[in-house]
Amino acid sequence: MRYIDEFRDGRLAKNIMANIAHEADVARNYNLMEFCGGHTHAISRYGLGDLLPPSVRMIHGPGCPVCVLPIGRIDMAIGLVIQHKVILCTYGDCLRVPASGGMSLLKAKAQGADVRMVYSVTDALSLAQRHPDQQVVFFAIGFETTTPPTAVAIRQARVLGLSNFSVICNHVLTPAAMHTILINEGGAKLNGFVGPAHVSTVIGSKPYEPFANDYGKPVVIAGFEPLDMMQAILMLLRQINQGRAEVENEFTRAVTHMGNLKAQALVEEVFELRDSFEWRGLGSIPHSALKLRPAYADLDAELKFSLQYHPVPDSKACECSAILRGEKRPQDCKIFGTVCTPGNPIGSCMVSSEGACAAHYTYGRFKDVAVMAA
Amino acid sequence: MAGPKLDFKHGCVDMSHGSGGRAMAQLINELFVTLLDNEFLVQGNDGTVLPEAKGRLVISTDSHVVSPLFFPGGDIGSLSVYGTVNDIAVMGAKPLYLAASFILEEGFPLADLRRIVESMAKASQNAGVMIVTGDTKVVEKGKGDGVFITTTGVGVVRDGVTLSGNLARPGDKILLSGSIGEHGMAIMSQREGLSFDAPIVSDSAPLQGLIAAMLDCGGKLRALRDPTRGGLVTTLNEIAKQSGVGMMLQEASIPVNKTVEAACEFLGLDPLYVANEGKLVAICAPEDAERMLSVMCNHALGEGAVIIGEVHEDRHCFVQMNTRMGGRRIVDWLTGEQLPRIC
Amino acid sequence: MCLAIPARIEEITGAETAIVNLGGVRKEVSLALVDNVAVDDFVIIHAGFALQKLDLEEAEHTLALFAEIDLQEELSQGKTGSGVV
Repeated sequence: MRYIDEFRDGRLAKNIMANIAHEADVARNYNLMEFCGGHTHAISRYGLGDLLPPSVRMIHGPGCPVCVLPIGRIDMAIGLVIQHKVILCTYGDCLRVPASGGMSLLKAKAQGADVRMVYSVTDALSLAQRHPDQQVVFFAIGFETTTPPTAVAIRQARVLGLSNFSVICNHVLTPAAMHTILINEGGAKLNGFVGPAHVSTVIGSKPYEPFANDYGKPVVIAGFEPLDMMQAILMLLRQINQGRAEVENEFTRAVTHMGNLKAQALVEEVFELRDSFEWRGLGSIPHSALKLRPAYADLDAELKFSLQYHPVPDSKACECSAILRGEKRPQDCKIFGTVCTPGNPIGSCMVSSEGACAAHYTYGRFKDVAVMAA
Repeated sequence: MAGPKLDFKHGCVDMSHGSGGRAMAQLINELFVTLLDNEFLVQGNDGTVLPEAKGRLVISTDSHVVSPLFFPGGDIGSLSVYGTVNDIAVMGAKPLYLAASFILEEGFPLADLRRIVESMAKASQNAGVMIVTGDTKVVEKGKGDGVFITTTGVGVVRDGVTLSGNLARPGDKILLSGSIGEHGMAIMSQREGLSFDAPIVSDSAPLQGLIAAMLDCGGKLRALRDPTRGGLVTTLNEIAKQSGVGMMLQEASIPVNKTVEAACEFLGLDPLYVANEGKLVAICAPEDAERMLSVMCNHALGEGAVIIGEVHEDRHCFVQMNTRMGGRRIVDWLTGEQLPRIC
Repeated sequence: MCLAIPARIEEITGAETAIVNLGGVRKEVSLALVDNVAVDDFVIIHAGFALQKLDLEEAEHTLALFAEIDLQEELSQGKTGSGVV
């Protein structure tokens, strides 16, 4: 696969690792946060943690839209599909998230609710066109990468005059979350960020400038492949060692300074900022999430069906808050791997395969026990 | 029997076909017995008497609920035959006879049913087995997915051969007969909402011939298994747990067809967990591994065979993998079904 | 957090749709979020939408960066004559 395989070349990996080993100062520690869940997944999937020098520590950030989705929002969707008997469409990632009362969207489906997995929001729109007598609701999640597609669908629904399509909007914003990390305890200890790949193709490298200029934290935007990640880590180490704090772009083949203006304009047209939004594990963050503009009120499922949000607190034993902010590691949580597992996720970090705890459990927990290396 | 023949062009299954009367007898005779034609089936009794078998018997059963019913490389019929044949063959046994039960949904087109049974006839011939008895039930419209098929098979284990998932020991080599992920992705490519123009064909095939060749060569095999639902990694985790050992795989050695890999990339799926229906995993004594590999490569269904790893001591029974990047990770059990992701 | 892949535009099928090809797998995607895309361009696809055109020159440039050996390392190996600075 062109432009994928070349960026997974094991020989080039060795080269970059050698450069990293050379650059890393053994006399100090480097605490780097990779914000994006996709990057967390890549580190675990390729075993990159193994290859970094012990002085370089990767801290997993909250860039996992399923992980930060509050239970109360899933409850809302489950309530809607059971009560109003709509066709509820969502991405595969959401189906297994445990909600209140031992329920999930998948379990609701098993009980007869019409819950459908879609690969793209366009599939939900097509469903609405094919079933004009039924209400179709799209449960939208995601950071800035996934928001533009939802905006397109909403606009399209308006053009087609569809009265049976609406959206529950849970779209959230990256810079707001990064800001929250930095103003909390863990943030002070961070030496730099690996910036998200595909969010950045949409928003550009510009929004990260305050983190370098105002907080003095270097940011390097990294592509999605393992070589991209490793090169970005190298670039961060160089910045830190040279005392620089800049926004650098490793993913130049897809990310520009201003980003995708067409996508941004579409999002701007359809959505506006919520005053505040609850993030699982991070608490309420102002101006961190989107809702539909009044002009699109008829396509806003929360208004259409008068949906109420009820916050649901996480278990007291759950350390996700601290883990999402980079203050604790999965292994530090008392219930990690025992009560809380991917099969029975108690907190948000275990719920999605790219949450810090799920990634560590699935790919890396063997390092916590003494295992004979082959 | 007087009366019109079954209308295979436009006719459908109805409740009378399962009620035990004339209509059901007609369905059995004109469809099943005619197409599956063998000396045992025509006996027409409630139970079929089989010849004496010398040796240890193996029995296996499997239900098939695949959707869609027809897919590139096979259908629910051929799948149901090969699936049970393989479950018997991996025990080191020669598969001999199958029983097939059908649960049909009212309204299911007879044309499709005939297609499926024809496919089973052909598959049985390929696999060297006979379908010697069966059953048919019909459920009301809406209570079935067209057709469900359960096949049960018997075979005789070769003298002196014992294959079991709890026999793997440290030092053993792990062999794989070919590339992974084809069946699962062939199915995915047909499903509503996920459409691909990709030429991925299910690898559904009977493995008894390949396995016979492997047993013939005399190499010490501990276990054989076909990695169906849950894929290669689930099968390896099962064996590791049963045997109380760990495993170390080399990612670079695991063959994945380029198109399968691309389809998985599109959907965010991992080929390691995607179903296969014509592949096997073999745990083999280290001194016999190269010879076994050579035998596999000489067989049509083992052309792409490779050694993918090795068994070692590990009381935690982790299946580990050296990644392409040179790092290490575990390849763990799946939690539930693997779903396509956007994140 | 956002699974996206680079794929080649094989055919423009409508005002805002195209068929992309990745390793022989074809899928129709929306071009509603990008402009000036032509056959044989590479685009990043996410959840059925093209998000951005891939800059192929930059891709080559990045690959070249991966292959660079740290200069200081080179210098320190200079005595053994293992490479040109």
